[in-house]
Amino acid sequence: MHTTFPTETHPMTTSISKINFDAVGRRQRFQDAIFHRLTQVFSLLVLLALVGIIISLLINAWPTFQKFGFKFIWYVEWDIINEEFGAAIAIVGTLASAGIAMLFAVPLAFGIAVFLTETCPVWLRRPLGTAIELLAAVPSIIYGMFGLFVFAPLFADYIQMPLRDLMAGMPIIGTLFSGAVNGMGILAAGVVLAFMVLPFVAAVMRDVFEITPSILRESAYGLGCTTWEVVRKIVLPYTQKGVIGGVMLGLGRALGETMAVTFVIGNANRMPTSLFSPGTSIASTLANEFGEAADLHISSLFALGFMLFIITFVVLAFAKMMINRAEKAKGF
Amino acid sequence: MKFVQSAMLGLGAVLLAGAVQAQEITGAGATFPFPIYSKWAEAYKEVSGVGMNYQSIGSSGGLKQIRAKTVTFGATDAPVGGADLDKDAMIQFPAIIGGTVPVINLAGFKPGELRVTGPVLAEMFMGKISKWNDPKFAALNPGKNLPDETITIVHRADGSGTTFNWTDYLSAVSKDWADTVGKGAAVKWPAPTSVGGKGNEGVAANVNRIKGALGYVEYAYVKKNKMNFMQVQNANGKYVSPDDLTFAAAAAGADWFSVPGMGVSMVNAKGDTSWPISTASFIVMFKSPTDKAASDAALKFFDWSFKNGKKMAAELDYVPLPDALTDQIRSKVWTQIQK
Repeated sequence: MHTTFPTETHPMTTSISKINFDAVGRRQRFQDAIFHRLTQVFSLLVLLALVGIIISLLINAWPTFQKFGFKFIWYVEWDIINEEFGAAIAIVGTLASAGIAMLFAVPLAFGIAVFLTETCPVWLRRPLGTAIELLAAVPSIIYGMFGLFVFAPLFADYIQMPLRDLMAGMPIIGTLFSGAVNGMGILAAGVVLAFMVLPFVAAVMRDVFEITPSILRESAYGLGCTTWEVVRKIVLPYTQKGVIGGVMLGLGRALGETMAVTFVIGNANRMPTSLFSPGTSIASTLANEFGEAADLHISSLFALGFMLFIITFVVLAFAKMMINRAEKAKGF
Repeated sequence: MKFVQSAMLGLGAVLLAGAVQAQEITGAGATFPFPIYSKWAEAYKEVSGVGMNYQSIGSSGGLKQIRAKTVTFGATDAPVGGADLDKDAMIQFPAIIGGTVPVINLAGFKPGELRVTGPVLAEMFMGKISKWNDPKFAALNPGKNLPDETITIVHRADGSGTTFNWTDYLSAVSKDWADTVGKGAAVKWPAPTSVGGKGNEGVAANVNRIKGALGYVEYAYVKKNKMNFMQVQNANGKYVSPDDLTFAAAAAGADWFSVPGMGVSMVNAKGDTSWPISTASFIVMFKSPTDKAASDAALKFFDWSFKNGKKMAAELDYVPLPDALTDQIRSKVWTQIQK
């Protein structure tokens, strides 16, 4: 299918003079407008999906909210047979396990990121960085199985048992570390979650640490700063926004994580009394009970989903506020 | 042109596939009988060419689907009450029998060596008996060296027919359990030590891992995971072990047509050799189905399976229905469905 072009026609000079600049301008404006509208529609789709999810959650959850009202949030009960539902147990389980996860994951991730960007020998940087990224790609069910079959028995024998014996005599801390030692519960779920969010937080922190201009860093070293001083006074202030973003990404994942938590949290619909107590999180309750739920039970599960939505929203809004305030303080 | 031709061929193939699909039987519901239904379906397709698509979405989901008429039959572990069946003009019949077994993790005892009664099991699951060397349990097991270990209760975290069967039994043998907890696909577990596992395999894994654990699983999982179980006292006061013979004995003792919709609870069945925690899984269908051909195909499938599926059921540790019962189902129940 070769077409031969006639060579003698259309000399260059005539074609340039014939261009109608108005027409081209109009066409380009038109294209731009289309492009603008198209991308606008795309981004509005996200908003539409978000609003749609909220509305459908609310509609499905309505019977529960109608029956229990705001009490649903702090009502400590989950009795399927007598149709008494409250979100308090699941909310506490969700916040506690995610909180514990962040407590372990954030300092560790920070350490990893500092090592990788500041003090790591160059030949080790790539393999270590890749390992972290690979860890982030492991599906959560793998973490769940690892947690149940490998981590939980070790956790029971070598961490729970000594901790319980060590803390037994102390007044408040003692009760925090009391209870059955079977490797499952809020603390175990928190630790497994920490494993899961660690690579995310570490990878984001490493990436943002790397964007600190070397001129700032080198100047600080030139002034005689130690590595810690450079991290504390130069890198952290410069990358604050990214660091908080990374932490929030991890927290968001920890709050919504389902499979891994379902395996190790113990799935008991009781208010946890210690760190070793089995409990339940919003996501794990949904995963467990949706299959056989009916009537008020199913609308209560939707109500739980709605609560998770609200919690995540509040957490993100809070993070945004923190960033804004920090920026104002710096006078950006 | 070539492209158009191949496109038309493809379209034809899709249409043809659609026509074949119309012959496929669709069902949805209980997870407990899923392995045997799918095995029957596979064998039936080989002989008849008619496929069966069964979605194990859970009993209540199955009932929702049949009421919405998206499937030809619904399957449920907890029988639907007679009044509810009449309201929707539906029939119900049992299709397969199985059993639930109390499993333990106690070192030094052989499977079936320890014995327990229903009321004591109920007290253990309520947390009123919290140690393995409790006098009430020790009295049932004289001469056994029971350890001073805490009983950790392991239950299903997801709603399930196995839990329904188990709590149905505990409600039958303990008034206290019936009043404070009740029966259902998921209940509020009262014991302070109780933990949940996802699925039969989750419960099995937790029981095998936690020292002093007491849980309940479907019989097939006891065999598959070589779990330690307890003998249970039945309604006649005899201690029995779970196996296909004791499940069948429980089924034989049941008076199926005493309850509308055959919704007989087989727990605590009479008979010297009856396993007290046996259960049937039920099929629910419309009396006057909108798609009569599909409904007829489904009945043909169950007819074939009742006749030829016994060995397959036994291989998977289910108990097939006795011939006398399937004859009655054919003559008394299936005749109610319009053809």
